[in-house]
Amino acid sequence: MTTPRDKRMTIDDVVAELKDGMTIGIGGWGPRRKPMALVRAIRRSGLQDLTIVSYGGADVGLLCQAGKVKRLVYAFVSLDTVPLEPLFQQARQNGTIPEVAELDEGMFQTGLRAAAQRLPFLPMRSGLGSDVLVNNPDIKTVTSPYDDGEDLVAVPPIKLDVALVHMNCADMHGNATYLGPDPYFDDLFCLAADRAFVSCEQMVDTAGLTVDSPVQRLLISRIMVSGVVETPNGAHFTTCTPDYERDEKFQRHYAKSAADPEAWAAFAERFLSVDEQGYQDAVRSWHEEQ
Amino acid sequence: MDATRAEVCAAAVADAFKDDGEIFASPMGLIPTLGARLCKLTSNPDLLISDGESLFLGGVPPLGEKADVVEGWIPFRRVFDVVAYGKRHVMMGATQIDRHGNQNISAIGDFARPKRQLLGVRGAPGNTVNNRTSYWVPKHSTRTFIEQVDVVSGVGPARAKEAGSAASRFNDIHRVVTNLGVLDVGGEGGTLRLLSVHPGVTVDEVREASGCEIQVGADVGESREPSMQELILIREVLDPKSLRDREVPA
Repeated sequence: MTTPRDKRMTIDDVVAELKDGMTIGIGGWGPRRKPMALVRAIRRSGLQDLTIVSYGGADVGLLCQAGKVKRLVYAFVSLDTVPLEPLFQQARQNGTIPEVAELDEGMFQTGLRAAAQRLPFLPMRSGLGSDVLVNNPDIKTVTSPYDDGEDLVAVPPIKLDVALVHMNCADMHGNATYLGPDPYFDDLFCLAADRAFVSCEQMVDTAGLTVDSPVQRLLISRIMVSGVVETPNGAHFTTCTPDYERDEKFQRHYAKSAADPEAWAAFAERFLSVDEQGYQDAVRSWHEEQ
Repeated sequence: MDATRAEVCAAAVADAFKDDGEIFASPMGLIPTLGARLCKLTSNPDLLISDGESLFLGGVPPLGEKADVVEGWIPFRRVFDVVAYGKRHVMMGATQIDRHGNQNISAIGDFARPKRQLLGVRGAPGNTVNNRTSYWVPKHSTRTFIEQVDVVSGVGPARAKEAGSAASRFNDIHRVVTNLGVLDVGGEGGTLRLLSVHPGVTVDEVREASGCEIQVGADVGESREPSMQELILIREVLDPKSLRDREVPA
């Protein structure tokens, strides 16, 4: 019997597909359903000069702090209950991110959409009159060819070399479901990318994807996906509803540690110098100490 | 029953939403959420409110609690659809706001190397050229109200006009509610204008707490006190834990 190909990989296999200087889109939203196991692995790798595209949370903070980011494309970076992401804030204030493109949230989506549709731009109002157009002089306006003659923002495509997203369930072929409240923009990240890698809480067989879950939750189709990796608790410490909510206690520990160089060194040594299994073990033992 | 300052602010927020009809009210932060929910329970039951995540709420739950009835799905991608559609009134925060009604939540100082990095512009540029936008300032001060913001995130009327009809067509900066009073951008050339001061606050106090000129009309009145019904809704239904007092101390 013929079946679609098996795309299962390990975390290290995914990182081995990445190259210096690539543009990498990271799915999720702020501190929600981020592919953190893959982010942690990139942080440990020798990769450099990356362009990171993200509705940012700790993914952005961790990669900026590690000096991985040459260019950052974002609309915000926040941990929600900790409004300002401390490592991102430090990186900006110390001038250690060489290039930034701060966009309106909707422009960011439109840029991904233009890339997904292989268009040179898509028009929108957002950005007009704001300093987004001043701080991003490469973004131009376009005049409507119709009678209204309006001058709109011509949002350029945000083309990704690679997209990384984290889903609740996936099959070995790359079909994947989200079971939480919001799909965020994970399908769009995949469509805007040459290649997309999906990490997931649980690998199931294809039939299992629609057991107890409506077909509308199948956000990602295998035509968009190059590889799948099972990373249980892989979005930690961000949300992965309903598998788990945000680890607020650990997030506070992260934010508090980030505020002090000595505490940060200890945090990085304990949680970030080890592989994913080591990370999960360290988090478990940290919770037991609390 | 004397109203606290926080309760006067909540009523002022409610009034900002009362003439909106059947639209999506997007309050950011505690007092805006309290005020929008108060509005839905009193002057504008047609308002659509959300849990701030992905659900339209059928009922009007207290702050921090989930609703038992859901009347729709509003994930972030559909929020952006409604922004462009226009039937939305967002009340955002403002780390800085200037005389021309421009708002900043991006960064303080030079954008290239900020003195203090804030959230980023978030949806402010898109909100202000697409749907009605108001601001909530819990601490009216000379650091917040300034001559010119460092990074224009939310666009005021003069900048929108300058950017052309596509920007000004739906630019609608409605109210700025602060702990001292209520303002709009009805001043000369679309500049800040004081509409009312909260009970116990003088016009001079507002002037002293502002780092830019604010136009004061001849008819500046006192912000209204919440009604008895509103006070009962605030104290016993929407915010029995008095979370509001943490944002605007009594």
